Amino acid sequence: MPTLRERLNNELDRVTLDHCVKCTLCEQNCPVAPVTDLFSGPKFVGPQGERFRNEFSVDHSIDYCSSCSTCTVVCPQGVNVAEINSIGRALMREETGIPLRDRLIVNTTMMGRMMTPVAPVANAVLNNKLARVAMEKVIGVHRAAAMPTARSQSFRSWWRKHTPAKPATRGPVVFFHGCAGGYFEVETAKQTVEVLEYIGYEVLVPKQSCCGLAAQSNGLFDQASASVRSLVDQLRSAGEDLLIISSAGSCGGMLRHEARKILGIDDPELADVGLRMRDISEFLMDLHMAGELPTDFAEIAMRVPYHQPCQVRSQGMGMPAADLMRLIPGLEVVESFATCCGIAGTYGLKKEKYEIGQLVGKDLFEMVEATNQGYAACDTETCRWQIEKSTKVTTVHPIFFIHKAYGLAR
Amino acid sequence: MRHLEAEVVVVGGGSTGVGVARDAAMRGFRTILLERADLGQGTTSRFHGLLHSGGRYVVSDLGSATECAQENAILRRIQPHAIEDTGGFFVVTPDDDPAFADDFLAGAAKTGVPATEIPVAEALRRERLLNPGIKRVIEVADGSVDGWALVWSAARSAQSHGAQVLTYHRATGIQVRDGRVVGISAHDVKNDEQVLIDCSFILNCAGPWAGQVAALAGCHDVNVIPGAGIMIAMNHRLVNTVINRCVYPTDGDILVPVHTVSIIGTTDVKADDPDKLTIPRDQVQQMMDAGSVLIPTFREHRAVHAWAGARPLIKDDRVSSSDTRHMSRGMAVLDHDTRDGIKGMLTIGGGKLTTYRLMAEHIVDAMCEQLGQTRECTTATEPVPGEADGKLYHVTHRLHEREKNRLDEQTICECELLARSQLVSAMKEQPLGTMDDWRRQTRLGMGPCQGGFCSTRAAGIAVAEEVVDHERATGLLRLFLANRWIGLWPILANDQVRQVALDHWMLDGTMSVGHLPALETEIKQ
Repeated sequence: MPTLRERLNNELDRVTLDHCVKCTLCEQNCPVAPVTDLFSGPKFVGPQGERFRNEFSVDHSIDYCSSCSTCTVVCPQGVNVAEINSIGRALMREETGIPLRDRLIVNTTMMGRMMTPVAPVANAVLNNKLARVAMEKVIGVHRAAAMPTARSQSFRSWWRKHTPAKPATRGPVVFFHGCAGGYFEVETAKQTVEVLEYIGYEVLVPKQSCCGLAAQSNGLFDQASASVRSLVDQLRSAGEDLLIISSAGSCGGMLRHEARKILGIDDPELADVGLRMRDISEFLMDLHMAGELPTDFAEIAMRVPYHQPCQVRSQGMGMPAADLMRLIPGLEVVESFATCCGIAGTYGLKKEKYEIGQLVGKDLFEMVEATNQGYAACDTETCRWQIEKSTKVTTVHPIFFIHKAYGLAR
Repeated sequence: MRHLEAEVVVVGGGSTGVGVARDAAMRGFRTILLERADLGQGTTSRFHGLLHSGGRYVVSDLGSATECAQENAILRRIQPHAIEDTGGFFVVTPDDDPAFADDFLAGAAKTGVPATEIPVAEALRRERLLNPGIKRVIEVADGSVDGWALVWSAARSAQSHGAQVLTYHRATGIQVRDGRVVGISAHDVKNDEQVLIDCSFILNCAGPWAGQVAALAGCHDVNVIPGAGIMIAMNHRLVNTVINRCVYPTDGDILVPVHTVSIIGTTDVKADDPDKLTIPRDQVQQMMDAGSVLIPTFREHRAVHAWAGARPLIKDDRVSSSDTRHMSRGMAVLDHDTRDGIKGMLTIGGGKLTTYRLMAEHIVDAMCEQLGQTRECTTATEPVPGEADGKLYHVTHRLHEREKNRLDEQTICECELLARSQLVSAMKEQPLGTMDDWRRQTRLGMGPCQGGFCSTRAAGIAVAEEVVDHERATGLLRLFLANRWIGLWPILANDQVRQVALDHWMLDGTMSVGHLPALETEIKQ
């Protein structure tokens, strides 16, 4: 069996360590290193540590990296710090083995399939303190960590019965809702479809499975690669050259850059999907800048704290969700300027990392509590669960406000 | 003036001298070693870090090939902490004659050098950056070796057998009475003191400087020709296996992963003075081109430092004196009794780091013969102190160590993951040392930033630990940065320019190192 690195195609990411001038900006911006000694910081484990690894893993503290990618975003020299760290962690996981917990929590689709038919029971269990203590002891998911709320209807079963309110005037787009959008954040997925249809698009929704991001950030590279490849095929099956609109903030990033840079997948098919992928807010702002977005928004007189997730920021598209929400009369959008909410996908769920995640998100939670008037907005599912659980403030996707301002809310 | 007494004085603290001191001490001779600077500062550390499998010589120099193969196995046993088992490939590049590989395999079989041809695809799978156009690959038992770790552990072994190791002691005169060596005088550079050593034997192991030492005894025609070569360290391990070009020995035929870097080497040009070696621009370009033959993306990677070293080649009448590449790599022992009529002095030349122990054995054998004594050499079987565990060094070593103590200990040199306690113990061991002396023990400032971040930390620690006062610390810092610069400017390009700019802004712009109060005269040594 070839070694992990031999199976990967990351050599060019790895060699970006040559660009490091040790300036420490990545360490200054890392959300994890300042709150815990357990993580040595991105420069230490990245461009520095990698010079010592030679495909062996000896620094298990690398596991405390949350994979937020902030280091790569801020590096002025072009070092792919987060990518190097991810590969280092995958190498470690390959050697030390992967806990059952980490194999379980990455299976959002499976959880959704199991929980949706028995949603009230599943939610009762996840909200039961005794059950959560048992869950912490048995599989290591922290008792206080945010859990998704099961819905009694999946997006797919809604979609099957759904008919557009009016005929399409602008041609087709493909909708990518992600697995959390399919089972847990069903409202976000529905609202996105209704907004796209309202402004005249024909929405195509191919069957879609998990993008593998959670598996990837847990070092399950083989599983993640298989997932993202099959998702690529599913999304391509809906039609060539169509834009793919995503309401799953971080999953879009997986298809755009992480699968290529971290998993080393160099397929033209992946590149094709990545190029066609648009975040919903990004897509709507592109339309707005071209003068093609209807702006018949009703007033929403409210101040809303908005947090852009780390894994959306790393997609390099600016902050379109904030710009978009500001088109709504009366809606005052306050940006969090926080690096990360602390969940980082599955990081903040884990028994040993929960406290770190709460410290990472502390300033954000305080900001949300201080500025909200009933709602907070955030693009990514797990971040919304984290913010909502930690602040008790209802946290929605930015499309919620657009949907509402278009008068589509029932 | 200090007066010392010994049976044997060894001149030269490179691998040969230290090996000879160890060997003599282990055979029961009261031994003193004199080195004009730090151990391993001359030729020993100015090489590419290769522990030869012998493969390099299986066609050109069969005797050397066999010696290398045997000594390689011995050093792994007696000094494992200085050696990394990288393995090696001899690769036939698209520019090379594939038939040479047949000569190579035949030579390897003849000389007892383990060598196996492996599929090209396997080599490419193991070394991803390797030129995909290579035609044949032969696997050998190369390793990499840390020259400083090697000489210091051998020196500690010599000390444990009673030898005295005097660094920064420059030999200034050799006393001969009635055709016999009776003593040697030296200058203790650090304490500015004369030292006189009564002795009955001098073993001249000064490498490229051996001619100058022999001249102290009036032997003026010892013809050691310094064969100078440059090496360039690349910022990380482009390969984890030694990559040799499968050709007759030539320039730029080897890429060696040593510690965290990979080193391309080397050139070979006759030098007039081993103290005045240069790093010519055209040779730098020649090495970068040579690297590109082995690794097509070579020039896209980052060069961090370059240096020049001089081989101690004894002139061999079979070749012309300007052709240093093809002089014997084998060792030569000159007996000044038969040659110059002076009893009690031998000069050794030639050889290579991999065979340093064997050279030492030969010269001490020659001394015993002249003394009419039989004393058995035991250097091949007894591990140096603290290395009986047989654990070879591995590049992950420091990362592993820091993982264990990173919460308790400050990391001083971040590039080389040097812990504070390691640096402090090197300082305390050589309180009169320079930062370069401490560097050779600890790798301080040898990574990508070349001391940009750690040099000021180290200078501050030297003051905090009361090893030096602040004026000397400033002087040491300036000397260290000036010495780093010697190896930096010839390779400045791309990433390293940005690094140097940042270092300059910090050290000169923010800290104004050039204007700090310091001693009236700059520290030179």
